[in-house]
Amino acid sequence: MTTEITQTLRRVLRRSRPAEVGTVARPEEPPRPAVPAPCPVDIAPDDPLVHYFQSTAGSVELDTLELDSPALEELRAAGVKMVVPLVSQGELIGVLNLGPRLSEQEYSSDDRRLLDNLAAQAAPAVRVGQLVREQEVEARTRERFEQELQVARLIQQNFLPRDLPDLPGWQIEAYYRPAREVGGDFYDVIALPKGQVGFVVGDVTDKGVPAALVMAATRSVLRASAQRIVEPGEVLERINEHLCPDMPPKMFVTCLYGVLDPASGRLRFANAGHNLPYVRTDDGVIELRARGMPLGLMPGMKYEEKEAVLAPGQSVLLHSDGLVEAHNPAREMFGFPRLMGLVAGHRRGSDLIDHLLAELDSFTGPGWEQEDDITLVALERSASSAVSASFPGGAGDVAASPASGNGDESRTLAEFELPSRQGNERLAIERVQGAVAELALPAARLERLKTAVGEATMNAMEHGNGYRADAPVRLAVLASDTDVSVRITDEGGGREIPDAETPDLEAKLAGLQTPRGWGLFLIKNMVDQMEVSSDDKHHTIELSLHLKGGGDVTE
Amino acid sequence: MSPSELRTTVRAIGDAAVIDMRGEIDGSAEAAMDAGYGEAAAGGQATIVLNFEAVDYINSTGIAVIVGLLARARRDGRTITACGLMDHYREIFEITRLADFMPIFDDEAGAVSDVTARTA
Repeated sequence: MTTEITQTLRRVLRRSRPAEVGTVARPEEPPRPAVPAPCPVDIAPDDPLVHYFQSTAGSVELDTLELDSPALEELRAAGVKMVVPLVSQGELIGVLNLGPRLSEQEYSSDDRRLLDNLAAQAAPAVRVGQLVREQEVEARTRERFEQELQVARLIQQNFLPRDLPDLPGWQIEAYYRPAREVGGDFYDVIALPKGQVGFVVGDVTDKGVPAALVMAATRSVLRASAQRIVEPGEVLERINEHLCPDMPPKMFVTCLYGVLDPASGRLRFANAGHNLPYVRTDDGVIELRARGMPLGLMPGMKYEEKEAVLAPGQSVLLHSDGLVEAHNPAREMFGFPRLMGLVAGHRRGSDLIDHLLAELDSFTGPGWEQEDDITLVALERSASSAVSASFPGGAGDVAASPASGNGDESRTLAEFELPSRQGNERLAIERVQGAVAELALPAARLERLKTAVGEATMNAMEHGNGYRADAPVRLAVLASDTDVSVRITDEGGGREIPDAETPDLEAKLAGLQTPRGWGLFLIKNMVDQMEVSSDDKHHTIELSLHLKGGGDVTE
Repeated sequence: MSPSELRTTVRAIGDAAVIDMRGEIDGSAEAAMDAGYGEAAAGGQATIVLNFEAVDYINSTGIAVIVGLLARARRDGRTITACGLMDHYREIFEITRLADFMPIFDDEAGAVSDVTARTA
């Protein structure tokens, strides 16, 4: 509020001229060039003069005013004799500054009455003027924002495929719905040599035009690379190399890319940190896992390539965050388990995406404002042949046992990798926090988990990987009905893990020991259980916390 | 996500020097904390209040920085107290026993009135 007053004061001051003193009642008189234009005087919001004007009624003669005020000195120096505060609804909105009368006589009581009357009428008019101007500015800002949204939407729409290919023996569906503030979702279906088809779902962090531009770049490189390079992992590698040099800070792209051979149902895929695709089989839902870091974080990344075979009657769903992270009015999240359950229970041959959207609709209820872009791509192999080949063991070791989506066993909430780079523990904390959001941990437990994950990730990057940029730290977030656990793996296998000893604070304070060495001790005290394991290549620390617990200091 | 580097400003309130800290306390906060301590010590007050009100993140390397500061204060014969900590970090200060060597107050008013009471 005080800044508004200062701005108003400045504005009004700038317009008032001592020359206009005599012309108040005769505005048609031309300005007299002999009187110099005054410099505007800035009145600081905490200047006692502001308070004085606010509390005083009527015009103020500066010559007789006794106040310890820098602004008062400045006004006097600028030749101002009289100030008439403009007060509207008890609020000081400006002042009229008057120099000496041209007749060089003092202001009479008639003059002052006239000025007070004028101020009383001018104040509300000035206030209306101010409000109109504020609204104009606001409207312009809104318009600019809307225009930007429009541009982002246009970019987005122009880079999504217009038609989906017709694949005999397969049903392909795709769905994309932008949030009001367009996010960076995209999908693509690409015809490849030898009758193969590429499927892409991706998500650029951030929103609006910047995200749309990065999405457009990603998609263009992907399209070009996919025609020349057969291996999905190599395609992602290529995109990553292209994106890295020009990526705006804090932005990255998650992306799942799969190549389907429609004749055999063989799907080769690689994943740059995107949500895992779900495959519906007769025995439940299987997650397709392949390791890889999001695109654009750092160059030189490799992307694991896996392979699965879709049997007749089976379907696979690729999806972005918008669906699983939707909230209902009770602030519960749609969540992965619900989605898995729906995919598991879905009838073959019917429209999976319609089914999911209907469920989303009843979950969020009417009047829901979509929080993020929603992108879904589903493909189903027609059950024309009775062969019910499921995923052959060893064929790319499609991990995970079938999950019904609501079982008691532990399920994976997130899996990702981070380069070993100073400060990346913050990224780990952020992503783990996002992954466990659906568990609604008590605040104190969540904070403990965050601290433990940050410390363990730092240890992994420093002691395990020696902050070598090409050695990633792998994190997996798992949940059961009672616990949440985070597995953090580095590439420092074969080393001894020291026990979490209690640091000797007295010795540290006396300068007998280094002040450092708190990490492991902190981790151990933050979690309910900590287990370390290593082989000759890797070292893993698993942190577990009960979802609910007693005995907490802050709960 | 962006590591917001710690900034410190020092105010004298009666017999205490209050160091206002803003940002994150990790290993990189050492220079700012040292500078804050130096400025506070120059004022001559025997008690320095660390105001954590605007600190949203502390990790183990930040704890090491605070321990270093406490060690320095001990050599100089100064008392350090703390105020404005988030519950979580207060818990951590208790677990690490930092709280045994650095009295913790809910807010600045509490910390300052404690100094006044002790020096009265």
